[in-house]
Amino acid sequence: MNKTREPLFHIVKRGEMPWYFGWSVRAVSIVLALACCGLITVLVTSENPIKIFSTIIDGSFGSSRKFMVLLQNTAMLLCIALALTPAFKMRFWNIGGEGQALAGALASAACMILMKDQPNLVVIPCMVVTSILAGALWGAVPAFFKARFGTNETLFTLMMNYVATQIVAYFSVVWENPKGSGNIGVINPLSKVGWFPEIFGSKYALNIIIVALVTVAMYIYLNYSKHGYEISVVGESERTARYIGIKVEKVIIRTMLISGAVCGLAGLLLVGGTNHTLNADIVAGRGFTAVMVSWLGKFNPVWMIFTSVLLVFLERGAGEIATDFGLNASFGDILTGVILFFIIGGEFFINYKLSLTKAAKKEGK
Amino acid sequence: MEKKIATVKMRNITKTFGTVVANDKVWLDIYKGEILALLGENGSGKTTLMNMLSGIYFPDEGDIFINDEKVVIRSPKDAFDHGIGMIHQHFKLVDVLTAAENIILGLEGKLDLKAATEKIRRICEAYGFEVDPNQKVYDMSVSQKQTVEIVKVLFRGADILILDEPTAVLTPQETDKLFAVLRNMRNDGKAIVIITHKMHEVEKLSDRVAILRHGQFVGDLPTEGTDAQELTNMMVGYSVNLNIARPDPVDPKPRIEVNGLTVRSIDGVLKLQDVSFTAMSGEILGIAGISGSGQKELLEAIAGLQPVESGSICYVEDDGTRDELLGKDPLSIAEKGISLSFVPEDRLGMGLVGGMDLSDNMMLRSFRKGRSVFTDRKSPRRLAKQVVEELNVKTPSIETPVRKLSGGNVQKVLVGREIASAPKVLLTAYAVRGLDINSSHTIYDLINQQKQKGVAVVYVGEDLDVLLELCDRILVLCAGKVSGIVPGRGAKKRDVGMMMTRLGGNSNE
Repeated sequence: MNKTREPLFHIVKRGEMPWYFGWSVRAVSIVLALACCGLITVLVTSENPIKIFSTIIDGSFGSSRKFMVLLQNTAMLLCIALALTPAFKMRFWNIGGEGQALAGALASAACMILMKDQPNLVVIPCMVVTSILAGALWGAVPAFFKARFGTNETLFTLMMNYVATQIVAYFSVVWENPKGSGNIGVINPLSKVGWFPEIFGSKYALNIIIVALVTVAMYIYLNYSKHGYEISVVGESERTARYIGIKVEKVIIRTMLISGAVCGLAGLLLVGGTNHTLNADIVAGRGFTAVMVSWLGKFNPVWMIFTSVLLVFLERGAGEIATDFGLNASFGDILTGVILFFIIGGEFFINYKLSLTKAAKKEGK
Repeated sequence: MEKKIATVKMRNITKTFGTVVANDKVWLDIYKGEILALLGENGSGKTTLMNMLSGIYFPDEGDIFINDEKVVIRSPKDAFDHGIGMIHQHFKLVDVLTAAENIILGLEGKLDLKAATEKIRRICEAYGFEVDPNQKVYDMSVSQKQTVEIVKVLFRGADILILDEPTAVLTPQETDKLFAVLRNMRNDGKAIVIITHKMHEVEKLSDRVAILRHGQFVGDLPTEGTDAQELTNMMVGYSVNLNIARPDPVDPKPRIEVNGLTVRSIDGVLKLQDVSFTAMSGEILGIAGISGSGQKELLEAIAGLQPVESGSICYVEDDGTRDELLGKDPLSIAEKGISLSFVPEDRLGMGLVGGMDLSDNMMLRSFRKGRSVFTDRKSPRRLAKQVVEELNVKTPSIETPVRKLSGGNVQKVLVGREIASAPKVLLTAYAVRGLDINSSHTIYDLINQQKQKGVAVVYVGEDLDVLLELCDRILVLCAGKVSGIVPGRGAKKRDVGMMMTRLGGNSNE
């Protein structure tokens, strides 16, 4: 008699699989996710799921304006995700993308407001320099404390977000326009001082091109530069880094300066390129969503293009069905959640498989 | 003669990890009243096989019978229920609890510390253990902790004991004590399995030897009537030479002079006290000592990784020029043009980056070369290929993360990289720890080659037999002090063992 029953299945790690295996698992995950979404849609709303799906697609591809918004939002999300990636590769959990981008945005807006009588040739370079410096500073503070005193970077960067939010809230009142509104409103609406030029007839095009360049630069920096190599070594093992003479403290601070600087750049693009205003919500949670983009893209800037497109596409689609069908906006979030669940679950099956034990196989016969 | 009873029968056991077959249809019998030595090269599947018996892994295929009854072991608790207990290489004890508290930890039923203490005393008396049930674990030596682990298993009523490399952390004297206890347990009718790499222990202790090779069961034979040579040949599948060469030193000159070195750990504990010695070029200086006697601090201080309280470490060039190494970090030592290589104890945590592939690991030493901001990927690739070829590293490709290689191959990669820079000084810490006999000999050969090239080699080792065979001189550390420096040729194992436990080695007996 057995005291213990044989388990039905156990988890086995897969060996090396060909590259297409991973992609077919991912494709199957997405198909299953859509099927599951369809089922939930029918059960909860009794709407036709095909119609809902087509509306989701409409949300991003319905018109050329919607498509440009998709690209712009993707660019902004990707920009912050690119900023976080070197820190993550170093195992420095920078959750402060929100605050670092906000610091950059604040610096840009300050330049636009305080130098409103200067020509763009002076104002825009000032915005670029100050916002990048502001973001870098916001990133370097927690890095300094981590390197010097071993503080926890996750909490520190998170707290720095709230500090940035409060500072922006304060300046929203100082620079309010019109008086009493508590909002800054559009800055320099007539003179357009500090507004980035439109190119190819779109105010988004410049942002998108800049982020594309940042993507390439970040890919090269991480994979081919000596700095990038040092970041990987420090991330994998600080002791190995010390053993070969890498100055770990220096690498931590340097990397966070870069991480914060690119976040600051994102803030600059948001203020100077698209919104032309400042409020505490201007980064709109991208500092946190970017964490997911970076992880899902396995810290590879090229893959991160796809993950950021996917997340923005889902978000836009969710908004679209909320308005079109009069559904609660949360319904879109449920669908996004289901899809992400399947995608992340798929990663498990790429690395592991469930193997039925003999007993289970017999029962199955 | 009474027929022996096989208490455990493992039949057709297969276990795979991904594409790696760790165990391939293994048959193994374990008898009562017998000590079985399980032998095999690194990665031959010994520990995996025993982990399936003790409930850590679950076999993909095959059956386990205990006393002729088929059983399913899904967890360590199931294993205990069947009387199987395993003592792992890394102890699983709670530091702040006493021995007795650790032993009853996790048991069901009423907590009765007094009765438990009494039972522990009885077990200790029966087999000759020396354990104070009320001693806290953090106050214990490694050997005492191991004893607690064994008592813990016996307390739970185990009569099948598995020990995974139990002597790796013990001094010769402690090993003798452990063996005496194990023999007592055998005579009491318990079944004992010990996994080990050390041939002389197999010969001294075991009754029967079972051999695994590449996950397959090669055979078993009574220990009496076999010898290390035959066993090794069975393990590797071909005939190997087991003698360690010791060529005479070539033109020895002082290379590293250490004077009055004193090191304290961060918590202020004295790790090294007034250590002085000279390492010569073309010579292997062995460092013997119980683990944790300051070996790690000594090597790391020379390599520029360990803050030092006082003393001096001088690098002496052939022409007599001296450079003080103290206060320099690895980078500034290298910038001085001093070629110093270091094979640290923690291979994957310090010497290499586990998640990176072979060629990226080769780059660790060389990536700073050149003024370009970009790394040169070609020469590390070339070096990786060269190391794989020359040292016969078994790897699917040079793009494989080193973490996926077996222990011996990881060490070959590390040693290969460290000697590629044509060092003047080579520091090695436990260079063959966990390596099977075949890989160990490859490493000894490499070290000897360096010695003959005139490198000053410092070899921190734990196996006294090897230290005595390999080294030209042996420095014995005892609790952070130099207990003595003896010539390797003609030194007695017993004397060195005594020096490890007592300064100067004079016994009070």
